[in-house]
Parts: sequence; C-alpha cells; structure tokens
Amino acid sequence: MSLNSNIPSGPMAMKWSKHKQDSKLINPKNKRKFTVLVVGSGLAGSSAAATLSELGYKVKCFCFQDSARRAHSIAAQGGINAAKNYQNDGDSVHRLFYDTVKGGDFRAREANVHRLAEVSVNIIDQCVAQGVPFAREYGGMLANRSFGGAQVSRTFYARGQTGQQLLLGAYSALNKEIASGGVQMYTRMEMLDLVTVDGHAKGIITRNLVTGKIEAHAGDAVLLCTGGYGNVFYLSTNAMGCNVTATWRAHRKGAFFANPCYTQIHPTCIPVSGDYQSKLTLMSESLRNDGRVWVPKKKEDCGKAPDQIPEADRDYYLERKYPSFGNLAPRDISSRAAKEACDDGRGVGPGGRGVYLDFAEAIQQFGAKTIAERYGNLFEMYERITGESAYKRPMRIYPAVHYTMGGLWVDYNLMSNLPGLHVLGEANFSDHGANRLGASALMQGLADGYFVIPTTIANYLVGQKPGSITTDHPEFKKAVEACTAQTKKFLNINGKRSVDSFHRELGLLVWDKCGMARTREGLTEALKRIPELREEFWQNVKVPGSGDFTNPELEKAGRVADFMEFAELLCLDARHREESCGGHFRSEYQTEDGEAKRDDENFSYAAAWEYTGNLSQPTLNKEPLTFEEVHLAVRSYK
Amino acid sequence: MSLLNLHLKVWRQNGSQPGHFQDIEAPEIPDHASFLEMMDIVNERLISKGEDPVAFDHDCREGICGMCSMQINGVPHGPEKATTTCQLHMRKFRTGDTIWIEPFRASAFPILKDLMVDRTAFDRIQQAGGFVTVRTGAPQDANALPIGKEVADAAMDAAECIGCGACVAACKNASAMLFVSAKAGQLNSLPQGQPEKDRRTLGMVRQMDKEGFGNCTNQYECEAACPKGISVRWITKLNRDYAIASVKEAFGNTPKVAGGGD
Amino acid sequence: MFKMKTSHMSAVFDSLSRFYASSIGKKFLVALTGLVLIGFVFGHMIGNLLIFVGKDAINEYGHMLQTALHGGGVWIARLGLLAAVGIHIVATIQLTRANRAARKDAYGQHKAQVSSKASHTMIWSGLTLLAFIVYHLLHFTVHAGNDYGTYHTTLHGETVHDVYRMVIAGFSWAPASIFYIIAMLLLSTHLSHGFSSLFQTLGVSTDKTEPLFKKLGYAFAGLVLVGNCSIPIAILFFHYGR
Repeated sequence: MSLNSNIPSGPMAMKWSKHKQDSKLINPKNKRKFTVLVVGSGLAGSSAAATLSELGYKVKCFCFQDSARRAHSIAAQGGINAAKNYQNDGDSVHRLFYDTVKGGDFRAREANVHRLAEVSVNIIDQCVAQGVPFAREYGGMLANRSFGGAQVSRTFYARGQTGQQLLLGAYSALNKEIASGGVQMYTRMEMLDLVTVDGHAKGIITRNLVTGKIEAHAGDAVLLCTGGYGNVFYLSTNAMGCNVTATWRAHRKGAFFANPCYTQIHPTCIPVSGDYQSKLTLMSESLRNDGRVWVPKKKEDCGKAPDQIPEADRDYYLERKYPSFGNLAPRDISSRAAKEACDDGRGVGPGGRGVYLDFAEAIQQFGAKTIAERYGNLFEMYERITGESAYKRPMRIYPAVHYTMGGLWVDYNLMSNLPGLHVLGEANFSDHGANRLGASALMQGLADGYFVIPTTIANYLVGQKPGSITTDHPEFKKAVEACTAQTKKFLNINGKRSVDSFHRELGLLVWDKCGMARTREGLTEALKRIPELREEFWQNVKVPGSGDFTNPELEKAGRVADFMEFAELLCLDARHREESCGGHFRSEYQTEDGEAKRDDENFSYAAAWEYTGNLSQPTLNKEPLTFEEVHLAVRSYK
Repeated sequence: MSLLNLHLKVWRQNGSQPGHFQDIEAPEIPDHASFLEMMDIVNERLISKGEDPVAFDHDCREGICGMCSMQINGVPHGPEKATTTCQLHMRKFRTGDTIWIEPFRASAFPILKDLMVDRTAFDRIQQAGGFVTVRTGAPQDANALPIGKEVADAAMDAAECIGCGACVAACKNASAMLFVSAKAGQLNSLPQGQPEKDRRTLGMVRQMDKEGFGNCTNQYECEAACPKGISVRWITKLNRDYAIASVKEAFGNTPKVAGGGD
Repeated sequence: MFKMKTSHMSAVFDSLSRFYASSIGKKFLVALTGLVLIGFVFGHMIGNLLIFVGKDAINEYGHMLQTALHGGGVWIARLGLLAAVGIHIVATIQLTRANRAARKDAYGQHKAQVSSKASHTMIWSGLTLLAFIVYHLLHFTVHAGNDYGTYHTTLHGETVHDVYRMVIAGFSWAPASIFYIIAMLLLSTHLSHGFSSLFQTLGVSTDKTEPLFKKLGYAFAGLVLVGNCSIPIAILFFHYGR
C-alpha cells in the first residue's frame, strides 16, 4: 500500500499556513452533529478534547485513570520548548525546527517538525492565559533555561513539574468544556478495541474498570492520544498503567505501526535494587552538570565502598571517551557508555547494573550548601528511594526507558492510514524521528491537541455523514463479543503464573536484546523467545476474580497480552533497520570509535508496518524521508 | 538490604457491601522495596494461593500523579513527611511491625473496592469553576501580561497540589478545603483569574458542599498530611474570597446579561 | 415598582441565606460571634475583678450596667449576647452534624499529627459551657433558688443591688465554685483553639500573623482562666470577703 503523507506543497515555512488555508471548514451548525471520540486525557488528549469542543464538536473523552488529570504527561519534569526568542539569543522557528530534525537524527518528517516549531509559540501563550504558573523573572517576564544541550534558552518551565502544570492547564480547559456540556468524560474506562466500518474508524469498545461492563461507543472520528509503549520493557519511567493496547488494537485493525524500534533511554535514573522493583525513577539530567560519572577500573573493586577506591583506580569513562563533552554527552551516548561499563563487569550496586555519579569534587569546590541549593530536592528524592545520602557517597545511576518515538503512522493531518483514525502525541510517530530532544515531548502533545487536529480533522469529517454509524452496526456487536470472549478466556486459563511475572520476563528479555544496544543475533534470539513466552502466557497465566467488577489483574492481563504481540514487532523493526540512528543502536553499525553509523542511502525512510494476521510476518511499507531544508549530517559529540 | 516480617491489617470491601479488616502476614519483605512494591509482593502471594488480591489505586509511582492513596497506620500516605505512598519505602518500618492499611475514608469518596476510592468529587469541584474561560487561540502574547515573580511563585505553590485527597483523609471532618482552596487560590491569585474570581469561588465552594465534604475546623491536619506541603494559608484566602464574593453577590448590582451572575 | 423592590429584597435575602447555608458562611458567622463573645468574656472578667478593688467598686459597676441607657443598655447587651450565643451554637451544631455525616465509617486507626486536644473537643467544651451559662444565669442573674435578689446596699446614698455580697455568698458554696472553675478550664481550652481560629476563618491570618494570633490566643485563654478563677479561689480557699 502506498503511503500518502499529504504534505502540502510550497516552501517549508509556508506549508502550514497554506494547509490551514486549504483545509476544509465545517459550518458551526453542522459541527454539533459530529461526535469525536478522544482516547486518553494526557496533554494531547485533553487539549484536543477541549479545543474540539470549543469549536462545537460533540466530544467523548476516555481515560483509564480515575481522573483526566492523572495521565502520565503529568510526570514530565524538565520543561517545554518554544521558539519565542524572549532571551534574544538568536532563537527562531527555523532554529528550533533545525535542532529538532538534527536531534531526531534525520528520521523525522521535515514538514511536521516545521509546523511543530511554528505553533510552539502559540502553546506558551495559551498556557499562560489558562493560568499555568511558569517560572518568571522579577520584572514579571517569563524565565527560560537552556535544556538538553541546546545552545539557546528556549525552555519554559514550572519548577520541576512542567508536565504537571501543563496538564493541569489542559485539564482545566477540559473541565470548562465538560461543564459546558461539550465534552462527556469517561474515567476509569479502558479502550479494548477499535471498531472499523468499511475501513473507517467509527468507534471503540471500552471496559468500565469499576463495573466491568464492556461497552461500545460510536463516533464520526476517533483520536488516539494514548501515549507510548515504554512499558513493553516492564521497567521504565512510565506509569504503571501506560500501555500499548489502544494503538496495538488499532494496528491489528489495519493501522500501520511506524518505527517502533526508536526508543529513548534516559541515562540518569535510579538503578534497579531488586526483582520486586516495579518502576524506575528518573533523576533530572541537570545533575550531570556537576556530577562526575565513573566506575572502578578493576572488577574486583566493585564490591568496595566507593571511598575505598583510590582516584587512580577509577575510570571516569565519559571524560575519557568524550573529552570535549565529558559528563554532558548526549542521552543515548552516555546511556550506552554506562551499559558497556556494566557489561564489562564493572557496574556497581545490587546486580552490578549501576555507575557512580559523584558530587565529591563539586562539593569540595562549591561547598555542600551550593550543591544543596542546586539539587537539594533531587538529593532528597534519591535518599527517599535508596536510603543513601548523595552528599556522603556517590549516587548510583543507570539508564532506563523513558520515551518512545515510534508509534502509529500518521499523515500531515495526523490521520493514520485508516480513515477517521487520528493519532496524537507520543502515540504517533511523526515529529521526533529516531531521537527526541529534551523538552520537546510536551511541546508535541500540546501542538497536536490545541493547534493541529482542530484544523485538520475537518478534512476528514467534511466527507462524512454525521452520526451515520451507530452502535447498532454489526461491527460493534462483533467487537463487543470479541472483547467479552477475551475477558472470559483470561479468567478461564487459571494457570500458575501471575500476569506480572510474565510482564517482568518479557521486559527483561526485550531490555536485554532490544534495549540500549541491539545486534542481529540478539534480536533473532528474542524473536524466537517472544512467541514461546506468548504461548506460555496464554496457557499458564492466572487471572483471579471475575470480569463483572473492579479487577486490576484482568486489566493488566489485557495490556500484557498486547505487549506480548507488540514486542515481536519491536524486535522485527529493530532487526530490519540495519543502521544505527538516535535511540536505535545496532552494535554492528558503529564507527571505529563507537558512534552510531547511519545509513542514509538505504534507511532514510519511516518503516510503517502493516498487520497481516501473522505476527511474525508483518508487511513493511516505506515512507521515504526527504530533507529539503536541513542537510543530512553526522551527529558528533567528540 | 534486610528482610522484614510484617503483620498487615488490610481493609477489604466490595463496593457498597460492608467491609472488614483482614489480617495478612507479609514475611520477608525487602526493606528497599517501596510500600506499593510490598503490596505487589503481597498480592502475588495471594494470587498464587488462589486468594483475591488487594485492590489499590496507583499509577506513576513517582509521587506526582496523585493516584495512590491509602491510610497507613492512621495517616494518609503513611508516616513520612511530604511523601506519597508510592515514594514511601519499607526501610521506614521495623520487622515485627503491625501495619494498618485502610482506604481514604469520606462520604464523598465512596469505596469501590478494598483500598480504591472514588475521588471524582474533586473533578466535579474543578468543573464548577476551576478554570479560566479562554478559548484555544484567543490569547495575547505570553509576555504581554507581566506577573511578578512573587505572585507567580505563590500560584505555583498552590498549583503543586496533586489532587490525591490526603487532606480529606486526614481531616477529622473529611473536609476538602485544602484542595479546593489550592485550586481556587492558584487562579484567584493570578491576573488571568481575576475576571471570574467571584464566580469561581462561589461555584467551587458550593460544589464542595454539595459533594458532602465536611467543614474546616482549622486544625491543619490537612497541611501536615499533604504530600506536597500545600499551606493552609490558601484556606485563609478561600475564606476571604468567599466572603467577599458572597457580599458582592448579595448586595452588588444585578447583571443584566444572562449568564453573568449565577 | 413595588414588585421590583421585593424581588431585590428577596434576592438579597436569598444570597444571604445561601451564604449561611454554605460551610464557609456558617463558619464565618461562628467566627464573628466568637469574636463578640471573646469581647464579652474579657469585659465580664474585668468587671468581675473589680471585686478585688472593693465592695463599692463592683457594686457601682453593677449599678452602672443596670441603669445604663435608663436600664435599656443591659437588655440591648443581653439580646445581642443571646443572639451571638444562639448563632454560635446553632451554626456549630449544624456544622458538627455535617462533619459527622462527611465520614460515616470510622477509621480503624486515625492519628492526629498536629492538632490539639482542645481543637478536637470544641463541641463538648462549648456545650458544657452552654450548660454552665444557663446555671450561671440562674444563679447570679435570675437568682433561682437563692435570695441574692434581696441583697441591697447603699451606694452614694442610693439603694442598689449588693453584687459584692452576692458573689461572696455564691462562691462560698463549694459546688458552685468547683463547677465554675471547671467551666473556666473548658472555656480556656475553647479559647486556646477558637481565638486564633477565628482569624483564619475571617480570612485575615497570614504566615506572619498566624503564630502571633496563636500565642495571643493562648495568652488570652490563660488570662481568662487565671482572672476568673481567682475569684472563687480567693473566696472559697482564702476566705476573701467572708
């Protein structure tokens, strides 16, 4: 199948303006007749639901949490980029566009990225008007900081809780629309399946997580704003409930899944302390401004207390390998370096999966007080979790999965190849390429929800007869029956192992073979093991309780079942992409000094996978990527 | 790392049916585990024994989503100051300890199952005015409205509320004043929130009352229990804003345009 | 025209009744009436302490209260106080009932972290005080079951009520003194929470003034306790005036 990305013609800087001009309009009176189903209430979902309702569409919004405000966007710490150039340091829409394309290692769609940079400025205006308390200077102007190695200060922030504040802003807009009757909110509702009618997305099947009731909802268009799939690794910085079910179910109904192998690993997380661990906690990257990363030179020193290891026996490996960037080397590079040190048997802490982030020198130089001022809250958080004081002994850190750049394939209108199915935020694939820059995730979620979809959805809806499909349609009945049958199946397996134990095993496997560094050999192993594990899951999982009531184990079972299938696609994509780029590092494809080696000649495309009914043999569709504005170059941080 | 042997007294309840405390032994709990990981271990064991696992709310497990709850030994989120249940670690307990684990109790937070409660009352309060009425695309440039750092910082203090409901759980009256005051206070103290200030204050307080929360008797247990340390001075402000709004409503001019008053 | 006026009147009334119906509105009235009652408690204590200045001083004070505004003053004060006490009590009882309803199922364990015992027993200290006030009024104002009403003395050539003798006689009876002292203990715990609390409810506390109000509240509660209890103690135990 050919992929039409629907990129508007004309010069890059004019594409979005032109597209807005060319987009269809729907008469206000008619808008009311259209129902849009929004799944997910994070930044993308809340902002889209609120804005579509303001425009007059009837909106139904669904989230599995008990409140729309709890979606995992809330956990983003750092900030949000915008090309405001308030600092007069030479920033511009073009520069943000350029940085994002380059940061994405030339695997993003240029036109989408340019639009993202353009609307970034409107996002800040919108959020401030809603009462989002961004950091300010004494004169009352907004404060900015430089983030993630950017050379300009374009990041807006609200303490260490930017995601929370932006989400509360979008949530307040959503509340305004719920109050006005434009949005009907469904909390504690999980999407189990997508319903397509004649190839168009026309509804969803949900399970009420309180009553267990499986219900059908029909709409004229469906928006998936359901986040990323990082929890396929079991341990990640994602929330426990984050899952791939919505996008995976859509994939099974025909939507293409693009670039699943682009996963972002964050270098500074608190390491795993035992096999009971359920979640990894991110520590702000800013710690690397003052901390020095090291491991013992000798394996036999790993068990020693760090202060018993003399200076000469320490390997400050980032400073050694990347003399100019040192401890501030980019996320993917420092993550891999930590993995290499640990693979070498020189990791520290429980299980040997950790490296030291040492503040001794900074404390000596600036004093404990200054360090406390800079990182006090982070040191506190570290102590709360590990019981160790980073003032007295070095922190232990290790990389963890943090964000997933891949997602459902969408065109310039954010519509997937299934007409009517739109995908926003982390759930789609389009803007970050192979690697996402710091403070860009929040920007993308809100850009999609507030500014892109409200314009582009009309291009689809204008050709639809509103309300023409209802839940009486046989497709809905079929889908409800299938979901009910799956629920029953889970409850009847009555095996020996808990859902979590399967999830943990899958996660370890995927992390091991498809984590920070991947090889053809390892991926092939994983591809052999995943179907076996999936088979065992369906034979031997134990889901207690009933389907007619709150049953968290049943919820988890459904999610893990989809991860079991998705993991295979993830590894297939990683194996097929025989190059290293951004978050995808194939050990076979590296330069002599261990840097990622891209293959622009053969892999300058988005890989959009099509479900065929055979999980091991999806069809690959390619969207070629062309770069008109930003010239292909090698990322180098030497 | 050491292992703890704990005795749990866990509240078990199915919907509106009467509940009871169940004694659950929790031997060999790693002290590095978080409280919720301890619950995970307990649940895995219950499942393997063919028993019903304990239902509890949780999501981000990094102290920001506000989903986790639980009254632990009589205190919301347990004994640690400014810490959510998910960030509480087992090293704060001793082997042999008895731990009481209960849901947040309030008539306005009906129990769904075991430790899960329905906190949608908070959403309805927010829907009664916890927003600035501004359409997407309407605003002026963000820097066209200077806001002093002190004002912005104070608003941020209020905005840190994660909506977990610990304030309600801690209060002997199950009052939601700390939550409502933080939410109303954030917007009421910013210039963007001024046009709708009275309307917001009246709307949110009335919805709070309607939901069946109790009243504030100024004991400040809410502040002590709040995982984000929200100050009771926001309650002072809400009291003041509400009185002023009520006086204006009672004695001010009647708006001629429909929808202006309420 | 007339119709419009009534609708405006009723609009005002509706708004005020909505204010009273709300949790904050009731508390606001509890705080305002509390402030009135605090003023009364203070004034009453100062008046009572005149007993230590001498017989004439307190009798003159008593006479002044009785005759102010041709005898109307005392009734204005009484009605005002009655209204304040009435609102204070009715609103707090309503609030307490709402608070009980807000948590029907008790915790197995519930630990108070920062609140004082006094703050948890406001309704009980308050209701006991109400019982005391009734007794106190019967005792010293209505003179029920005693002949204090017949005590008279001459002041500046005028026959006036002998308050001095009444107080000495009243507190010479141990049960009365002990009940009085218990009531004052409860009053002081009531004030120790209520005093600073009212500033919070009226919306005037700040981070800087709150600790001040707290200390002032404790000081005031202590002052009232010492000041008022000094009278029965002096009479009962040190035979003052007997």
